[in-house]
Amino acid sequence: MGKTIAEKIIAEHCGKDVKPGDIVVAKVDVSMVQDGTGPLSVQELQKMDMESVVNPERTILFLDHASPSPRKELSNAHIILRKFAEKTGAYLSEIGEGVCHQRLVETFVNPGEIVVGADSHTCTAGALGAFATGMGSTDVALAFALGKVWLRVPPTFKFIINGEPKKGVYSKDIILYIIGMIGADGATYKAMEFTGDTVSNCSMESRFVFSNMSVEAGAKAGLIPTDDVTKAYLESRGRGDKYREIHADDDANYEKVFNIDASKIEPLVSLPHKVDNTKPISEAKGIKINQVYIGTCTNGRLEDLSVAASILKGKKRHPRVRLIVVPASREVYLNALKEGFIETFVEAGANVLAPGCGPCVGVHEGALGDGEVVLSTQNRNFKGRMGNPEGFIYLSSPATAAYSAIRGEISDPREVLT
Amino acid sequence: MIEKVKGRVIKLGDNIDTDVIYPGRYLPIIDAEEMALHALEGLDPDFPKKIQKGDIIVAGKNFGCGSSREQAATCLKFAGISAVIAKSFSRIFFRNGINQGLPIVVSHEAADMIEDGDEVEIDFTSGKIILKAGETIGFKEFPDFIFSILDAGGLIPYVQKKLATEK
Repeated sequence: MGKTIAEKIIAEHCGKDVKPGDIVVAKVDVSMVQDGTGPLSVQELQKMDMESVVNPERTILFLDHASPSPRKELSNAHIILRKFAEKTGAYLSEIGEGVCHQRLVETFVNPGEIVVGADSHTCTAGALGAFATGMGSTDVALAFALGKVWLRVPPTFKFIINGEPKKGVYSKDIILYIIGMIGADGATYKAMEFTGDTVSNCSMESRFVFSNMSVEAGAKAGLIPTDDVTKAYLESRGRGDKYREIHADDDANYEKVFNIDASKIEPLVSLPHKVDNTKPISEAKGIKINQVYIGTCTNGRLEDLSVAASILKGKKRHPRVRLIVVPASREVYLNALKEGFIETFVEAGANVLAPGCGPCVGVHEGALGDGEVVLSTQNRNFKGRMGNPEGFIYLSSPATAAYSAIRGEISDPREVLT
Repeated sequence: MIEKVKGRVIKLGDNIDTDVIYPGRYLPIIDAEEMALHALEGLDPDFPKKIQKGDIIVAGKNFGCGSSREQAATCLKFAGISAVIAKSFSRIFFRNGINQGLPIVVSHEAADMIEDGDEVEIDFTSGKIILKAGETIGFKEFPDFIFSILDAGGLIPYVQKKLATEK
């Protein structure tokens, strides 16, 4: 019997053949926490008198959710992680270096590896052919100390996506379409595998969006087979030697197979307060907005900023709209500066903030006021997500968000894209 | 290992997410008792005050979806929630619940048959939920490995025990 990507990677890491449903203890290659979850991991290790890490170069502590810190409690949480890094040799990613998931793919994760992170969007690295999954602080604390984690081998759903997306349709719209179709719990406990021409024709940056949002359908991992695009990405990052072919066997056993025609998908928007509450842009058009946020581990990469800048070039934000742009990492920020995107944003009236999670998680900046509406390129629109349960969060691609910022209401980017 | 819990039911709907259970702005809190003061605050700012010790949450599908924040499981446990019954759980919340020793029960029927304010009892030894009218609903037991984590009182005590025997 052939194997899926998830089955192959897990089997390699526990040294035996596996099938869905098996519970195994697997070796971990990369483990990480962030400033919202890490202090608890450290506390757990202190309680056990096991304040050490087995693989310091690949144990990473990210200060990204509150960066820079807005208040003393968060600053104290940062101190806990800085001290832990000093004591154990774990890698500390300081404030302003970027969102954990972007930093992980830029610098740390390679195909075929197992990555565990105390952050649900750890699945982002699945686009590099790595089995990357989110867990809680205790699980990751033990991965730090022991280099191992228990896993239940997931069954896999395969998504075969073919067809050329229409103008104004990006990987964000396609993944919103999939989540709208299968629901917020449609892939709970499953691994999702994304294949087909549309996926192979995507840049690495667009592929990360599929993997990043797979958890919004409940999935354990969002995996993409490796190919020349993966190889070129790793080479451009000085990790060409880490490239490996990772793909499922032709006779792999899938719990479900979905065939998706990307050419039929319209730009989409997720309406409050659930990610699977997706509607074609035609049904959301005209909704007045107070804030637009372009950034995050979903859509804060150079490609996203490039699309947004092409729409905002020479234009101004609508007077009612606060426009916030946050590059996903310091590297993205520098490249956006070189390309002139940052200048475009600032001229358009944007607030460009330090690389990190930005307003997405509602901890430190860009919190919504009562009754306010935001259109964001982030991955999640739960009630209260952006710091206020009285706010309303809509989700879209960077193109839709940028054009809507000019118009002051949710607008169809196809009206301006050439 | 907890054998039985009994309590008043707090009935919740589908897709109760982690931002509702434990809003992100409280993430810096590392004291579990303090986390408990914000349990389910996203539903209603007065919710934490309404929770009584021993209360049992009965929810629909996909309970705990969203963030990996373990605080979502911890705050419920320390607020006095004695168990969570739901049609289904998000996988990270499920792990966090087990790791924190918060009893978790998957039952489709319970969510349909139990009303807010009912008194119910969960018997983990026999795998049954006992309703106030005496009716019972069976639930599936955990795989041995997961049961042994719960039996130890959570992941940390489980690992400590295991490391001690390996030495």
